[in-house]
Amino acid sequence: MKNNDALDFAIRYGFLILLGGLAVFFSLYASGFASPRSAVFILQSVAITGILALGVTCTLVVGGFDLSIGSVATSALMLSAYTMVILEQSAFVAVALCLLMGALVGLVNGLLIVKMRVPDLLATLGMMFLLIGLQRIPTQGNSIATGMSLADGSVAEGTFSAAFLWLGRHRFDLFLDRLVPVPVVVFLLIAVLIWLFLGYTRHGRLMYAIGSNERAAGLVGTNVHRYKVVAYMISGMLASVGGILLAARLGRGDIASGNNLLLDSVAAALIGFAVLGAARPNAFGTAAGALFVGILLQGLTMMNAPYYMQDFVKGAVLVAALVFTFYLSSRRGGRRTA
Amino acid sequence: MRNVTLKLRGLEKSFGQNHVLKGIDLELRSGEVTALMGANGAGKSTLVKVLCGYHFADAGEIELAGAPFSPTDAADAIAKGVVTVHQSIDDGVIPDLDVATNLTLDRLTEPGVGFFVNDGRLRRQAREVAESMGLTMDVRMRVADLDVADRQMIAIARAMARSPKLLILDEPTSSLSSSEAERLFALIDRLRDEGVAILYISHRMSDIRRVADRIVSMRDGAISGLFETEPLDYVGAVNAMLGHQMTEVDIDPVAGGEPVLRVENLKLFEDSRDISFEAREGEVVAFTGLLGSGKTRLAEIIYGLAEPHGGRLLLDGKDYRPKGAGDAVQKGVFMSPKDRSVNAVVPDFDIANNMTLPFLRAFSGFSFLNDRMQRRACDGMIDKIGVVCQSNADDINTLSGGNQQKVMIGRWLLKASRILLLDEPFQGVDIGARRDIGHYIRQTAKGRTTLVFVAEIDEALEIADRIIVLNEAAIAGEYLNRDIDLNSLVADVSGPGERLALAG
Repeated sequence: MKNNDALDFAIRYGFLILLGGLAVFFSLYASGFASPRSAVFILQSVAITGILALGVTCTLVVGGFDLSIGSVATSALMLSAYTMVILEQSAFVAVALCLLMGALVGLVNGLLIVKMRVPDLLATLGMMFLLIGLQRIPTQGNSIATGMSLADGSVAEGTFSAAFLWLGRHRFDLFLDRLVPVPVVVFLLIAVLIWLFLGYTRHGRLMYAIGSNERAAGLVGTNVHRYKVVAYMISGMLASVGGILLAARLGRGDIASGNNLLLDSVAAALIGFAVLGAARPNAFGTAAGALFVGILLQGLTMMNAPYYMQDFVKGAVLVAALVFTFYLSSRRGGRRTA
Repeated sequence: MRNVTLKLRGLEKSFGQNHVLKGIDLELRSGEVTALMGANGAGKSTLVKVLCGYHFADAGEIELAGAPFSPTDAADAIAKGVVTVHQSIDDGVIPDLDVATNLTLDRLTEPGVGFFVNDGRLRRQAREVAESMGLTMDVRMRVADLDVADRQMIAIARAMARSPKLLILDEPTSSLSSSEAERLFALIDRLRDEGVAILYISHRMSDIRRVADRIVSMRDGAISGLFETEPLDYVGAVNAMLGHQMTEVDIDPVAGGEPVLRVENLKLFEDSRDISFEAREGEVVAFTGLLGSGKTRLAEIIYGLAEPHGGRLLLDGKDYRPKGAGDAVQKGVFMSPKDRSVNAVVPDFDIANNMTLPFLRAFSGFSFLNDRMQRRACDGMIDKIGVVCQSNADDINTLSGGNQQKVMIGRWLLKASRILLLDEPFQGVDIGARRDIGHYIRQTAKGRTTLVFVAEIDEALEIADRIIVLNEAAIAGEYLNRDIDLNSLVADVSGPGERLALAG
């Protein structure tokens, strides 16, 4: 029995203890790691990935998967730039269009999956390809910046409005001047909202029921199709929020940005399975997973680890977390609810 | 006297505590079709699996054509001449390949076959096999493009390519229409004439009447009846398979009040007869019948999961046409489906969340769940229906089958309903839990009408005020649950033809 308790404790808190341990280790051995600026830097580095990861978490909860989030984010990046620089519209229009685009992509994904019965991985893979191509068509494959020459020979006159750039670059004062950037605030806000939604509302509970036994959920009268579509719409909208924040930080419609977004955010959501022994997608775990990767990379960078080691480290963490989730939890037997 | 192809003596098989086959003695002779009948859990499939090499027998002897037979695996059983066509047709064919490849596939795995496939020769061989079976389709067609009956024929043809001594057909007509089934029967007749011993497993009395030379009934892991004198005693066979012992539960049937559900000229399937009945407030109506008699279909139609092919439903005198499960629940029609692990249990949730799942709206304010309210309601139901558990936060999978089922039924008793549908509520439930559930359902039956769908007559007798017998999607008989003539009831279960024969 004692052995079992120890295992239970390890599964439940092991990951968080590891997270704390890493923070302490880097504080001791990487000079400058333990400072508010460094902490904020870590948060900033994971904010956009984290927002996308929270979206993919929603689709994982209903037993699906959204591979299109990365390309939705880069599409939002290009769309916002196009709206402001070439169509010369306001920041408000740009943001509204991006959110609408995200919701629409999610709707199409969801309908492909529930109505056309395309398996979720394949539907969203197709959508990913489609968007990667689509976002290049309006500008013939070029990045968008003020002053670029257009197909008809004229020059793009529009600019990124100050209000839009504020979203990516403004920092709020917190004890120190200009400490917390807007994306971090947005990330934390969304994390709390998704956490409440999935864990504490009846809609979230029904979504978990769908993910666990779709037939049973349907037979008690749940509108399974609607919840699945909504999950993909949330995922699409959060991905476009990520894209907007990225655009606001970069200040240009950079065609090459956001390559790593998909893998990083999926990794964060999957690492989240291991947090608190949940063994299933959950918002707290996803945020913690994103933070874990951020801390590890920041610490290693400050200890002069070369940049090309980053993906290797992320991969190693992911594999370890998956072993944690699937092997250890299955040995423990039954699981608990949120 | 025909040759004995297969001889079983004292065959036994257990899975852990569960003694599934308790000494089977049986002979199957060449050129004879033996129908094997048995309710769910009687041990039919275990017997078949022993014969086709999936399981080893714990005790007993099997002789095939005079020689001891103990297959080491499925391939060995086939090589020795016992070939099985399983219930699910697509297990027997490879849908994406053409007919020729399907018919000759087993030869590709034989030792000594070259590395390259000689398509021409394969097709020639396949055509020979097809012709010998009376199949006329082009051997280059993809199996997936054929209809169900043709696919079934291919599966059997594949089996016959091995020239088996014993052919086992497990529910072969379950997905065939009547004309397709007739083609299958013609094929069976042919194989019988060629001297193959055939073991035919089915619940359909019409099939058994058509093909069987003798009937074996199984119950609780033993042979409970063997019928081989002409004319075959079909009623006796069903009786032996269901084997009702008188139940101790004493029911004083209530007549019920106002009709809650009225079913008028309902057609369950396209080619089935109309059914009409009324279910009244406060009464418990049990529908019984063999597998495939339309019980589940009827429940699904009332719960809005399936469309009827005609007729209408009235709920409290008003037209009732549910658009789906959600709509039905909204209108006060609840259903506890059969096969709880597939259709009802949410394995990731604890007892409280499983139980309150249908009514989360009632347990939340502004969409936020009130955990305390959920758990209080769940505790109340745990007490009333008698779930044995540590607390309402136990994982659902830590409960025994009977207790899980109590949670699944209790789920629908949390709120008042107009119609409560219970499809096989006693499936995989021990006798104690079965009594508890039955008792509590009767106790709460006031204010709604309760429809229970069960295959076992015993279960119907234990719970119902009134029993309606379904046979081939039509009503074959109706009984008030008081001093029931069980012979007549069993005759109705096995088919209306039998009832007429008895009366005459």
